[in-house]
Amino acid sequence: MLLESTEKNMSNETLITGKKAENAIKESLFLFTLYICVTIAILTLMTLIYDVLSTGTTRLTSDYEVGLITKIQIDNPVDFLTTLDSRYPDRAGIGPAFAGTVWLMIIVVSVTFPFGTGAAIYLQEFAPKNRLTRFIELNLTNLAGVPSVIYGLLGLAVFVRLAGFGRSVLSGGLTLTLLILPVVIVASREALKAVPDTIRQGALALGATKFQAVFRQVVPSAIPGMVTGMVLGLSRAIGETAPLIFMGALTYVNYFPDTPLSGFTAIPIQVYNWIGYPQAEWKETASAGIILLLGLLLIMNSLAIFIRNRYEKDL
Amino acid sequence: METKETVQVNNESVFNVTDLSVSYGDFVAIKNVNMDITKNKITAFIGPSGCGKSTLIRTFNRMNDLILGAKVNGTITYQGVDLYDKMVDPVQVRRRIGMVFQKPNPFPKTIKENITFGLKVNNMTDNIDDRVEKALTQAALWDEVKDDLDKNALELSGGQQQRLCIARTIAVEPDTILMDEPCSALDPVATKKIEDLMQELVKEFSILIVTHNMQQASRSSDYCAFFTTKTSDDGKRRTGELVEFNETSVMFTTPDKELTEQYISGRFG
Repeated sequence: MLLESTEKNMSNETLITGKKAENAIKESLFLFTLYICVTIAILTLMTLIYDVLSTGTTRLTSDYEVGLITKIQIDNPVDFLTTLDSRYPDRAGIGPAFAGTVWLMIIVVSVTFPFGTGAAIYLQEFAPKNRLTRFIELNLTNLAGVPSVIYGLLGLAVFVRLAGFGRSVLSGGLTLTLLILPVVIVASREALKAVPDTIRQGALALGATKFQAVFRQVVPSAIPGMVTGMVLGLSRAIGETAPLIFMGALTYVNYFPDTPLSGFTAIPIQVYNWIGYPQAEWKETASAGIILLLGLLLIMNSLAIFIRNRYEKDL
Repeated sequence: METKETVQVNNESVFNVTDLSVSYGDFVAIKNVNMDITKNKITAFIGPSGCGKSTLIRTFNRMNDLILGAKVNGTITYQGVDLYDKMVDPVQVRRRIGMVFQKPNPFPKTIKENITFGLKVNNMTDNIDDRVEKALTQAALWDEVKDDLDKNALELSGGQQQRLCIARTIAVEPDTILMDEPCSALDPVATKKIEDLMQELVKEFSILIVTHNMQQASRSSDYCAFFTTKTSDDGKRRTGELVEFNETSVMFTTPDKELTEQYISGRFG
């Protein structure tokens, strides 16, 4: 309107256009669409949680009786966590799978943290800005999007066969490490990038070397972000099934893995296995496994949020 | 301290700039600068935005090295040593020639750690508490923070943060302090405090300050350099040039150049 008029129209008509009501309708429509999107996401999660809780909790509480088999051995969550698998659904515990997942987490963290943060610090702070660096960056972003099964194949070829680790928890952990390494590197780089340049300049202007500026000022400021990225990467790793099945994790394990070279299974594989049995009772056992997995994920994501908030307050 | 005094006796100027030009890739930010900076005086760089005065001040402690593609031609000597000589370590240069930035940039750590960081990287860890107190006192901040040395520096006000940055700079005992528009993010009261502080510090340090504030330059500096931008013939490139360099009292009363007179009287820029 203003553009069309040749002279500035400063009269009150340009203020009272009735446009506000029109805009308000548009805005509320847009907001409504957004609410629907959010609702769909939350409803999906709620349905999943309700479903597993309603079927799974029987398996995690005491005085459990079902079908012809009377409950004898397992009557509480701790037992479920520590008991071996069984061919009877009510006696089957998730012990070996839980232990396998813990082993995997330990291996993944101890390999991913040094390599992931090291690579991120080098790429973000020290690497020359040339073609090679850009090529590596491009590859990292692409690697983060490669389907997880492919990593299973890679793990089978490299760790199981070539390195000779066999179908062990070590091979599994290293395979998952490869899977989340690009994600962790990208997240750590973002954390480093978020540290203002004025911090680097301030340190250098005091006569610090590049190395001192990076390791005493920049990295400490980025640690919360790096740890958050690590935890989120880890929670992706513990939910993965496909690469582990591909590299040859076992499905029925009735022992606890005691060395890195033991055969193993993990919670998602165990759940996948149980859910495949025809008897209805297995559904309950599987649901109990899902509850455990969801609980672990919830704890880890809360931990990530906690770390982030804790340190943001310090800043 | 002793060496400082002997140098002062031998040589009045701390920096000698000869035919200096700085370029980023093809873009020449500032060229043909010739000036001698006097020791233990405040020298102000004034001029319109984009005239290269911040670029210039960053060549004095080699902070321009950090910018990709920045190239310095000509010579700039510090107490007789060519700062861009291949044998000169930029880290040592920055330790002797401190810098305070436009926006207060304390480290996101405690007040004390902000001071001790510079001391630690320079191996000045003897009597560390005394050094912290001395630096904060010199920066006129001690009385305000002496009871909260373990408080996070980001909780300080903007003016206090900037004085903390000055404190950590002088804690490592430099000879010269470069200030790149140190008051542009501060209110008038905090600005006044920094200006008073500069008058105290100049007894011990040489100070170079970039400022947009004409009053600040006339109030606080001993010498003043006026830069402006010159547009190339095709109108595409703007390059900074030194127009006039003189004692502040002379420049603000009887400037040599017409352009200077126009700028300081507010008729352009």
